[in-house]
Amino acid sequence: MACRECLQVLIGVEKVNSGLRIINLRLNVAATGNDIVDEVNLTIEKGRVLGLVGESGSGKTTVGLAVLSHARRGVEIAHGEIYCAGTEVLGLDADAKRRIRGELVSYVPQDPASSLNPALRIGVQLMEVLEVHDFGGSSEARKARIKEMMAEVLLPTDDQYLERYPHQLSGGQQQRVGLAMAFACRPSVIVLDEPTTGLDVSTQEHVLKTIRQLTRDHGVAALYITHDLAVVADLADDVAVMYAGRVVEQGEVAEIFGNPAHPYTRHLVAAAPDIAGKKQIVGLSGRAPSPGKRPTGCSFAPRCELAADECREAFPPNVRISDAHSAACIKIGKRGETATQTSPTIQSVSQGDVIIEVRNVSAGYSGTTVVHDVSLTLRKGECLALVGESGSGKTTVSRAIGGLHREWTGSILLNGVPLRSAARQRSVEDRLGIQYVFQNPYGSLNPRRTVGDSIARPLLIAGISKSASRSQVLDVLDKVNLPNSYANKFPDQLSGGERQRVAIARALVSNPQVLVCDEVTSALDVLVQAAIVDLLGNLRKDLGLSMLFVTHNLPLVRSIADHVAVMSEGRIVEVGPSESVIGDPQQQYTRNLITATPSIERSLL
Amino acid sequence: MNTTLVEANFVDERPPGLFRQALKLRRTQVGVVLSTLLITVALIGPFIAPFGSTEYVDMPNTLDVPGTLLGTDYFGQDVLSRFLFGGRTILILAVIATSIGITLGTTLGLTAAYLRGRYDEIIMRALDVVLSFPQVLLSLVVISMFGPSNVLIICTVGLSTTPRIARIIRGSAIGVVERDFISAAEAIGETRKRVVFSEVLPNVTSALLVEMNLRLTYSVGLIASLAFLGFTPEPNAANWGLMIQENRVALTEQPWGVILPTMALALMTIGTGLIGDGLSRVSAGIDRGGKGE
Repeated sequence: MACRECLQVLIGVEKVNSGLRIINLRLNVAATGNDIVDEVNLTIEKGRVLGLVGESGSGKTTVGLAVLSHARRGVEIAHGEIYCAGTEVLGLDADAKRRIRGELVSYVPQDPASSLNPALRIGVQLMEVLEVHDFGGSSEARKARIKEMMAEVLLPTDDQYLERYPHQLSGGQQQRVGLAMAFACRPSVIVLDEPTTGLDVSTQEHVLKTIRQLTRDHGVAALYITHDLAVVADLADDVAVMYAGRVVEQGEVAEIFGNPAHPYTRHLVAAAPDIAGKKQIVGLSGRAPSPGKRPTGCSFAPRCELAADECREAFPPNVRISDAHSAACIKIGKRGETATQTSPTIQSVSQGDVIIEVRNVSAGYSGTTVVHDVSLTLRKGECLALVGESGSGKTTVSRAIGGLHREWTGSILLNGVPLRSAARQRSVEDRLGIQYVFQNPYGSLNPRRTVGDSIARPLLIAGISKSASRSQVLDVLDKVNLPNSYANKFPDQLSGGERQRVAIARALVSNPQVLVCDEVTSALDVLVQAAIVDLLGNLRKDLGLSMLFVTHNLPLVRSIADHVAVMSEGRIVEVGPSESVIGDPQQQYTRNLITATPSIERSLL
Repeated sequence: MNTTLVEANFVDERPPGLFRQALKLRRTQVGVVLSTLLITVALIGPFIAPFGSTEYVDMPNTLDVPGTLLGTDYFGQDVLSRFLFGGRTILILAVIATSIGITLGTTLGLTAAYLRGRYDEIIMRALDVVLSFPQVLLSLVVISMFGPSNVLIICTVGLSTTPRIARIIRGSAIGVVERDFISAAEAIGETRKRVVFSEVLPNVTSALLVEMNLRLTYSVGLIASLAFLGFTPEPNAANWGLMIQENRVALTEQPWGVILPTMALALMTIGTGLIGDGLSRVSAGIDRGGKGE
């Protein structure tokens, strides 16, 4: 195979025996033979970390699992070679595959809570890994190894700690146990599949540090799968960007983020909010084609502003940009204008009337208080971001404002008038005045109802006739940039971003004064997130909406909010204009949060 | 920013409904054929029967009686005619009883799942009391106390089915109730009744469909068993369950009197059972995001 030969020349044969090498890998949907990933070539030298980035569905996890010579049900490995420290793993028989997993190549899954067996003590689980691979020879040697591993992942080594069950550990500690397990048998290659996605930034910082330490110290080649560019910039040495099952660009971190060549990479970088710099994030419409629907030419061509006829004819070859940087694009150097930064965000620190006032609100669940004495002010036309780590009480506050949480004391005023606690007790005007947009667009729309019917419900309840509501539904679909035909679709026919637009449309249809957005972008890919943030910004400007934007994503705050309130352990720690809070935090907690947040700009310095 | 959406090009076809998907499975197809056949026999039978249901034709327990196809039974009645008459009552009773059970069970199950807390406890514990009696035993006790009447049979079978349906519906509704679109409906001020019946109910139809089928199968069996034990409103009514009981003594001389109703009940139960199995396979597949078998 021609491309394989040139690749061998490119990477040099002497490096083959150490790290990880993937050659011309292809995986198919077993039933149809359509490609899930194709033409994947990657090389990771020992001691280095390669960040594999891409949107959900781009095939990054599929590649990661293939390194363990595993394919999910319904997926088959069509062809390709994968060398882990010189051993080709795809051709091994079932027994040999089982042996190399954990010993030669190991895997750290995304959710530590579900990957550890809740019924077994962590010591037992760690021992299991060593026993399966007959590591160390004797039980004493294994016990010593466990202690050594626990120390390396910065966990206590005493026997009492090892006797704990997974649920007795925090999320960060669970993930460290996962890391200890993965590194236990001293593998040569490790696949990390979004290991920090569910963690808070400060916990994430520690886990990333541990990963970096372990890979460097033990000369392990690490494949780090993530959708978070900032984490990659912070952690990885090299980056490979995947789009629709193919690697479209790869190179060293500084090259990729400093000088992205492929239009898709440029869009990704442009869409990622950054804590270190105030930037306008730019989204991109459309979605990546799924297996079986990919065009013959470049799969990014339908969304690419540079696409020409030649792009649609054949998949573009890899073009070398520098020694450590290549991209699969024939238009490199011919930059479009879309990815460049446009006008700065509208950040009029308005002095409008107070629309919502939260006064000394404490809230809890069945007797336990989780929010203590919180006071907030939201002015007309303003966007206030409520940020904090998980468990800080930010969602509870927002749900209390939205009338979805009843157990609270204190007062919440809408235009100076106190609100009742539950939405059902509130007057129609109060209810329509505050609209709530939920975090997960997959759960917030009734799957058995058309988009149009879902949007029309608030109107019908308010007593507006069916025909009148119809025109308002179409009007509001237009406002969120969805075509009229979408009114007749069901939620499962839409992508995540489209569903979130529908959810926003449903909130807008009753002409609210306030929109409470609860982590509305956290379930979305970065390009979609940027588009939604852009939409919310425009709606705010056009309709004069006030917005409470609840998020754990500090970088995003910079791109959307005028004011920010930082919450920790149920209390407001710091409030102020977002530029000054993030640029010059006054509280230690906020400062820690900001330093722990990975940043592309900071990493490139 | 240019926000024209090209996404429309990629939108997938909506998958067909549960029943249409299930129909692609062989087992469901066989089930549908069997059930349709037996239901047709039960409903149309009385109109094509050569003799009346209790008409005396010839000597009892004779096989070769001129004018009859399968001979006479223990009472000198035409076996084929009694068979053709005998399914209708069972089927109608079973359908009505199951409908009552489904309606009550679904309402109680959904209410318990949505309200949770105290109401959940009260409803479910009360149903547990009913559930603790075996269905046959409960029906026998009630019917032997008050005497067999169609209304009573319907009520006991329907009510004893209720807790079983309620448990299943509550189980699948609890997951739905936790989802955000329920909160969203509450936030816009939907009434509790509407939340339960127009937000939650449409999302448990898969479970409901499977359960409905299963309960219909059981009800047919139960009502036939009661008839076998002699609990029919009219002592000599044509009824498959009763027929088996009446003719089993003369099994060697007149086997048709037992074989026909037994086969009918067996095939009907197998048929509806296969449909239920197909439905549950597909609905499990839907839950897993796969394609069933």
